[in-house]
Amino acid sequence: MRALLARELTLALRAGGGAAQGLVFFLIVVLLIPFGMGPEPEALSRVAPGTLWIAALLSCLMTLDRLFQTDFEDGSLDALALSPLPLEAITAIKALAHWLTTGLPLTIIAPLLALTLNLPSAAYPWLIASLAIGTPALSFLGAIGAALTLGLRRGGLLIGVLTLPLYIPTLIFGARTVTAAAEAQAPLPALALTAALTLAILALSPFATAAILRIQIR
Amino acid sequence: MTLTAIDLTCVRNGQALFAPVSFTLVPGTAIRLQGPNGVGKTTLLRAIAGLGQRPEGTLRLDGRPVGETEAAFAYSGHLDAIKPALTVLENLTFWAEIHGASNIQDTLSHFALTSLITRPAGRLSAGQKRRLGLARLALSRARIWLMDEPTVSLDEASIAALGAVLTNHLAAGGAALIATHLPLPIEATPLTLSAAKPTKITDPFLAEGAL
Repeated sequence: MRALLARELTLALRAGGGAAQGLVFFLIVVLLIPFGMGPEPEALSRVAPGTLWIAALLSCLMTLDRLFQTDFEDGSLDALALSPLPLEAITAIKALAHWLTTGLPLTIIAPLLALTLNLPSAAYPWLIASLAIGTPALSFLGAIGAALTLGLRRGGLLIGVLTLPLYIPTLIFGARTVTAAAEAQAPLPALALTAALTLAILALSPFATAAILRIQIR
Repeated sequence: MTLTAIDLTCVRNGQALFAPVSFTLVPGTAIRLQGPNGVGKTTLLRAIAGLGQRPEGTLRLDGRPVGETEAAFAYSGHLDAIKPALTVLENLTFWAEIHGASNIQDTLSHFALTSLITRPAGRLSAGQKRRLGLARLALSRARIWLMDEPTVSLDEASIAALGAVLTNHLAAGGAALIATHLPLPIEATPLTLSAAKPTKITDPFLAEGAL
């Protein structure tokens, strides 16, 4: 299993792997907001939590289509399915590697970008916490969408259509955590709900994804 | 491990792809699967491996029914399961770790890949890629190799090398089911697939017994 994780990370970080792509996309989307919204600090700080979270969803989506597609195209998925590892573990590890190369870097860079959106300083720890806890759900839910669209031409677009609606609960509670902290309310209930969602998704997604992949490799 | 097939066929849209075949694959032997293009050789190999729709008929491994995924099978198809961004050694090391194999150096030298280990797999020639794909198969500890056109794009020396590896595999009690149109470097019992006679029922719903 460690070998698979190491391979996934190496492939994502090598040229053409696309790990940097999601991060740069996140950077650009967030930096575009002040240009579009105008530079008033109050207006920006009001939309900051939602903006950061939506940008996180979108940049997560950027690299999802590669999750199984390349393995499917070059026959690796067949070989992996016949390997001693259970397919559920394979999908979980691939989703974990996706989070480590998109969700995690994005969480680390988010406070820096929050500066440009004038996020109130009390909300910073909660922004980091909500992204760190919420973004794994994005990778694991996205794995389901990536498995469903496997083998389709221009599947990338379809992944967005399928997956973004599923992201809504995580978006609501994740952004709510940050908003609550920014408005000096209690952010913990929303964060707890984000964590509960993530845990449920982490538990269920590998089974759903593996079941879909079994159908796809036929 | 003995693989026994009785009246085995693959069904697509309610139609059998080829006339049912029966065979017994005993350890130490190989079967050469032949038949016209499109008759269903690849489909049969994938179905046995558990990568496709389950085949119709009886398929037994040492007398018990073959399950959904069997560690007994290794499959090598038209695609070589190689990552172009990784080097030859990285590709092979990954599969060795997945299968818990330790004989990477031997396998590399069997397929004459030792001098290429630092080259990214994306810059290999078609024949070199195929050799790497076969090396991956050789690393798996599966007893029964299901190979689809293994000698395509191999030169004579490489075919001989494949022959040596296959001979070792068979001598160690392994078995192989090989679909190919080309001459094989080892002795193999021929098994010919022929197209099934179309049944009168052409409606897939009727054929599947929906009524």
